[in-house]
Amino acid sequence: MKALAARRHHRAAPVVLLLLALLVTGGVYAVLAPSPATADTASVEDIETGYKLFQANCATCHGPNAEGTSQAPSLVGVGAASVDFQVSTGRMPMQMNGPQADDKPRQMNEEQTAALAAYVASLGPGPAIPTEEQVDASKGDPSSGARLFWTNCAMCHNAVGAGGALSEGKWAPELHDVSERNIYNAMVTGPQSMPVFNDANITPEEKRDIIAYIVEQRDGSAGGLTLGSLGPVSEGIWTWVVGMVLLIGAAVWIGAKSS
Amino acid sequence: MSAAINSPVEPTTPVGKAADYLDQRTKIGVLTKQLVRKVFPDHWSFMLGEIALFSFVVLIFSGFFLTMFFEPSMELTEYHGEHPAQLHGQLMSVAFASTVEMSWDVRGGLLMRQMHHWSALVFVASMVVHMMRVFFTGAFRKPRELNWLVGTALLILGLAAGFTGYSLPDDVLSGNGLRITDGVVKSIPVVGSYMSYFIFGGEFPGEHIIPRLFTLHILVVPALILALIGVHLFLMVLNKHTQYPGGGRTDKNVVGVPAVPVFATKMVGNFFIVFGVLALMGGTMAINNVWNYGPYDPSLVSAGAQPDWYMLFLEGSLRLMPGQGTEWVIFGYTLSLNVLIPAVVIPGLLFTFLFVYPFLEAKVTGDHREHHVLDRPRNRPVRTGLGVAFLTAFIILAVAGSNDLIATHFVMSLNLITWVLRVLFFVGPVFAFWVTKRICLGLQRKDRELVLHGHETGRIVRFANGEYIEVHRPVDEQERWIRVSYDAHRPLEIAPATDARGVRRKGYRSDRRWQRISRFFYEDRVEPVTPAELAAAHAHGEHDEIEAQRGTPELVSGSASGEREH
Repeated sequence: MKALAARRHHRAAPVVLLLLALLVTGGVYAVLAPSPATADTASVEDIETGYKLFQANCATCHGPNAEGTSQAPSLVGVGAASVDFQVSTGRMPMQMNGPQADDKPRQMNEEQTAALAAYVASLGPGPAIPTEEQVDASKGDPSSGARLFWTNCAMCHNAVGAGGALSEGKWAPELHDVSERNIYNAMVTGPQSMPVFNDANITPEEKRDIIAYIVEQRDGSAGGLTLGSLGPVSEGIWTWVVGMVLLIGAAVWIGAKSS
Repeated sequence: MSAAINSPVEPTTPVGKAADYLDQRTKIGVLTKQLVRKVFPDHWSFMLGEIALFSFVVLIFSGFFLTMFFEPSMELTEYHGEHPAQLHGQLMSVAFASTVEMSWDVRGGLLMRQMHHWSALVFVASMVVHMMRVFFTGAFRKPRELNWLVGTALLILGLAAGFTGYSLPDDVLSGNGLRITDGVVKSIPVVGSYMSYFIFGGEFPGEHIIPRLFTLHILVVPALILALIGVHLFLMVLNKHTQYPGGGRTDKNVVGVPAVPVFATKMVGNFFIVFGVLALMGGTMAINNVWNYGPYDPSLVSAGAQPDWYMLFLEGSLRLMPGQGTEWVIFGYTLSLNVLIPAVVIPGLLFTFLFVYPFLEAKVTGDHREHHVLDRPRNRPVRTGLGVAFLTAFIILAVAGSNDLIATHFVMSLNLITWVLRVLFFVGPVFAFWVTKRICLGLQRKDRELVLHGHETGRIVRFANGEYIEVHRPVDEQERWIRVSYDAHRPLEIAPATDARGVRRKGYRSDRRWQRISRFFYEDRVEPVTPAELAAAHAHGEHDEIEAQRGTPELVSGSASGEREH
């Protein structure tokens, strides 16, 4: 201790202390700060592979350096989350032009998707793919999620996420089969017609609440068959198809009995 | 007892004794005897009105249960029930909270709620189908015009009952519906905003609307419906039931079965079937799960927000109306034609048609007779056409009210659907009228053919001279009766414009106008086969048959597409 105390007036001491302080702060930050998952795992090889996949599958529309063309937007800064959403739901690579890219069987496997995401993420900073914990529905509060969903999402996606129509042939897809990770991805990246809900708008915890609400809807209804959860129109159709057909059928049967 | 002389039959069974006891004090036997022996024509389509009646009974039973648990209050409360998790701790009205609690915490509550809602949808649907039967068979003609008016009033009351009930749980959907109602009321010129304040007790949504709707829904509207059902049934018994045309059935008799036991048995059976189907629907098909829409908040509206099916035409009418350029500001007052026309004028026109049609038809037909035998729809081509045109307009509007779901489920552009339906709303009913009228006239011609020449048998016979004929089998008497016993009305004939002295006759212009409408109804017609025509055709036919029997070898037999007039 004495040796240390003796050197505290050394003229290099402030510099050493400053370096130590920076090291500690940086270290603590590195441990505590939310770290983008792909940024950590992305290796140079991943980015290389992603670049090759990009050139083969995406560059035709998005341009050789993902700078965008007249047909497709620039991907600089869209982040890994955007690639993860678009590619893992099969929306990209796009099959044909239309009002909106529809989901279809995915064209890239997990690794290819991750490589592509790593490449696009390397082009500029953007939203990262969420961690397992961020999308864990069991940790969310469905009541808070319900409020947020009804306020922010239901006008397009329907009150329980059964989907809805937008203008000119576009639509808001139904959410029952969308994975938790992609619900999160969609919120932070705002694919196609969807607005971006960034972390200042809806915090990561609130996003998890929303996911919890959507996941809760997958249990169906306590009242029986959900009839698509589409509201009064489908109820009306079933009134006629089930109720009136059965009742008129019964009336014909009763009426035919004697006469 | 000296009763042996006065009443030779002494009741022996307990039921008999009780009935006798009652009869001696009320003379109920006289009334019962009449009702028991009352004859009802038997046909499945006469049971459609019963479906409406029985679903109303189910509505009353289930509604009685629901009032035990529903609290019509707009006080705010925090939800603390265990289920559903998505409502924990949320702020909501007591009305909404009690709806959710009765669904999740009251035994059988959800079943009752769902049965009540399905019954409401079936109630209106069966009224509509019953009304279609009455319209297309002309059962609204004299002496039943008044009962038609009662029935139409019942339909409107049914819509009112449905609408007030839909609004009670105070969820987002019902609040959206009330907001539209508020807008519609406000669009009425001059008095609109005052009426809105009057209805809501201040600015929308206020704190009064749920208790007010509750009183309407459980007291005023059902009481009116019950009273009018009483009038409806009383008039039905008084006027006697109509019957379909057939051998021996005339405007002066009723051919059918006595009320007891046959008709009553069928009626009771039908009641149990209606009850069973509604219970099945309530038990297996989720309806209006209000916790999915959430408690009402004026800032919320979700995709797929629609009213129940019977109000969809109103929603569709609003969705089709172009918004731009239809809202006029005159001297600082706003005239919202974009709401007034689709939500007030169009439904007004549709219901006016329903109310006035029987009187319009009687006037243009010049018909003052009583009718107890129903029309076959084909024999009144213009009426049938108008009915189909009306339904087409109604269905197009209902489809327009579901345009967003059509867009998503059939992968179409919402904008395109809206434009197509805007055009169809004007073109569709006209086209439907024209097609229906043509089909009716065609069917009437087919009837004439059938009566004159009989059924095709598919037997082709060749004569020695090489001529082919198809042998026809004559229709039997019943078939013929149905096909020839109808009136082919002619357009009204009116007195000339001037009287014998050449003076212009008063009321001639009005007569001319009615004649023009009458021409629209009866210009195109197919006359029924007259006995003379029938005799002529038979003579001709027998001639063929004789030739056929004259031992010419049959060269071709069996079904053949080649047929020949003879």
